[in-house]
Amino acid sequence: MISFSMPASRTHPLAEVPTSPSVDQTGVEERVARFKTRSIKENAKMGALELILSMIDLTTLEGMDTPAKVRQLCAKAMHLHDELPGLPQVAAICVYPTLVGTARNALTGSGIKVASVATGFPSGQMPLKLRLAETRSAVSEGADEVDMVISRGRFLRGEYTYTYDEIAAVKQACGDAHLKVILETGELQTLDNVRRASDIALYAGGDFIKTSTGKVQPSATMEVTLVMLQALRDFYRRTGQIRGMKPAGGISTAKLAISYLVMLRETLGQDWLTPRLFRFGASRLANDVLLQIAKQRTGVYQSADYFSEA
Amino acid sequence: MAKKKKPTLNFATDWSYAPAPESTDHVTIENRYDLFIGGKFVPPSKGNYFNTINPATEKRLSSVAEAEKTDVNRAVKAARTAYDKYWSKLTATERGKYIFRIARVLQERAREFAVIESLDGGKPIRESRDIDVPLAAAHFFYYAGWADKLEYAFPGRTAEPVGVAGQVIPWNFPLLMAAWKIAPALAAGNTVVLKPAETTPLTALKLAELLRDIDLPPGVVNIVTGAGNTGAALVNHPGIDKIAFTGSTAVGKIIQKAVAGTGKKYTLELGGKAANIVFEDAAIDQAVEGIVNGIFFNQGHVCCAGSRLFVQESIHDELIDRLKDRMETLIVGDPLDKNTDIGAINSKMQLKRINAYLKIGTAEGAELYQSACAVPEKGYWCRPTLFLNASQSHRIVQEEIFGPVLAVQTFRTVDEAISKANNTPFGLSAGVWSDKGAKVFKVSNKMRAGVVWANTFNKFDPSSPFGGYKESGVGREGGVHGLLPYVRLT
Repeated sequence: MISFSMPASRTHPLAEVPTSPSVDQTGVEERVARFKTRSIKENAKMGALELILSMIDLTTLEGMDTPAKVRQLCAKAMHLHDELPGLPQVAAICVYPTLVGTARNALTGSGIKVASVATGFPSGQMPLKLRLAETRSAVSEGADEVDMVISRGRFLRGEYTYTYDEIAAVKQACGDAHLKVILETGELQTLDNVRRASDIALYAGGDFIKTSTGKVQPSATMEVTLVMLQALRDFYRRTGQIRGMKPAGGISTAKLAISYLVMLRETLGQDWLTPRLFRFGASRLANDVLLQIAKQRTGVYQSADYFSEA
Repeated sequence: MAKKKKPTLNFATDWSYAPAPESTDHVTIENRYDLFIGGKFVPPSKGNYFNTINPATEKRLSSVAEAEKTDVNRAVKAARTAYDKYWSKLTATERGKYIFRIARVLQERAREFAVIESLDGGKPIRESRDIDVPLAAAHFFYYAGWADKLEYAFPGRTAEPVGVAGQVIPWNFPLLMAAWKIAPALAAGNTVVLKPAETTPLTALKLAELLRDIDLPPGVVNIVTGAGNTGAALVNHPGIDKIAFTGSTAVGKIIQKAVAGTGKKYTLELGGKAANIVFEDAAIDQAVEGIVNGIFFNQGHVCCAGSRLFVQESIHDELIDRLKDRMETLIVGDPLDKNTDIGAINSKMQLKRINAYLKIGTAEGAELYQSACAVPEKGYWCRPTLFLNASQSHRIVQEEIFGPVLAVQTFRTVDEAISKANNTPFGLSAGVWSDKGAKVFKVSNKMRAGVVWANTFNKFDPSSPFGGYKESGVGREGGVHGLLPYVRLT
């Protein structure tokens, strides 16, 4: 259990956030090991691979990104591997705010969403008013989804009311856009902190909670994702509201992604097995999934050279 | 105003797991097994055999010999000859080498042993593969190391072997229990006559083949199959110096009477009804996992199973919601499927016993809850089961059910938890769940139980002693303690 070093005043909405249950790291690791022993074969494997494709937020977040690079990524999103007919689409493209317009134009009519990181990504070390302005800018450029970062320094100082308020403010700045709250779990140090940050993000209005920026190691792990899924479950049980989850960074193989799906299935069940509520933030995952789908359909593994890079 | 519907999770998912059965091609089970006496398989004197079946399909797997009194005589004589002629003449280092060899070959043939264990006993392949067989090998490795270091196990004293050990083991962990018994006996320089349980004799007989194949001197380990009469003949045999029994408290009491005044050494590892205590400050999801592991591991056929759950009242509803969700994700079915969590009940008789307790619990007024999973038509199955609102005065709380059935009670204070947990004739194990270190130590120290797990459950290691308080048994197995019953100290 986490105590408040700066207690919320009785009128602050943080007072409505229930005490977060403590988390035992060893127990979480054991549970995760069990998910990994599930043997997913044949139809179950094919079903998983297609579901994973549909949950991918195809991502490029580099200082050297250009409109041409983003257009290539969008082309990949719309033509994953045309040789294999009937594949689902990825869920979204995830880019920096300056490239939202490019992505928006490139994806016109495709149904693929545009997600933009914002709020001083990846560190969040920027005045709040600028972070909010950046959010509004990304939305006005056409972002359907905003991936914000929380101020980890403030959180680690125990300033949970600040964390709550910044998320609530960004949510408001988002308007109709969906808000994903990046906790940057690699900087939160403990699973207790991951759980607390998840609870605050959900009660403050985050539509999704997301593990990582991809810029800090470790990025997503199954352990932190499990703790966050449990926060989603408890939030749903308490409020009846259903929110989403996005592990991001470090999930580059189909095999690992399948283990995540197993974990999702056995923690939250049917209602969450949809791209509406679960996403993988990844740049390399799609091609490994495509490789595996091709293997399932044709019986042989093909060279990676047959799959287009984005 | 209409009552708001409670949000629930739905685990009947569109995407689920395809069957993933472990292959059985690499496994050979003979049509018939004789008795393993003096290093050879020999037919039983009266020529009687009984069937052993696969509890998941009710199909016959093989027939095994029924050892009569004369066969037990032969086995004890072979063990005595082996003791005098070979085993006591070997150096301790050579003895250790043989035990290391058993461990190594068991590891090499792990898959074969795991599959047969699941076929014969009904336990999921995930457990036989990841727990039973590796742990059995680990016991041989551990005690092999002690063979030439007994002077360090008992400093300042000389440890002499006892002689011939008669060992009777149960059906819940057939190979593992054989390892628990045989490894320390051999390490300390004894020879062995072992009787496996009548419903699960195959891995012990496979072990006999292994012992023959690695050239263990003839008669050092003899394996005689049969039912209660065979066990009684072994226990009552005057040529036995030491008895090791794992099984029910009722039979344990009979054995204790039988050995009274004979001078035989004995250890008894008997029943249990472990308390698993969850405090309000526990890491709740991990506690749920521990509860599941505590009672549904091996279909609940575990003497140290956490079969009595005590939950602090303030978190009862929340914990039970999560436990029910978790139970919905447990897969009951084909023990050979790698995704199966709960396999078949070991025998028709045991299923009958469990079902009788389900009736008793309901009649006593506890509230029965079972997960919704489908179970196969053929075979012996029991869904994971809770009895909510159980009481100390209920039989389902007092008596060992030995199945996947958990009796749930609440408590308000630490003292109440301790008092209720100890209010049982058993005392094999206990579990304590709390995020507060001081509370964990305080409560653990007050548990009248041989093994206490804190923030975990059902963890086993060859170096850790295991055994009971009160009616859960006499003596310890495992660790240095486990050598003691097999030596005379001078």
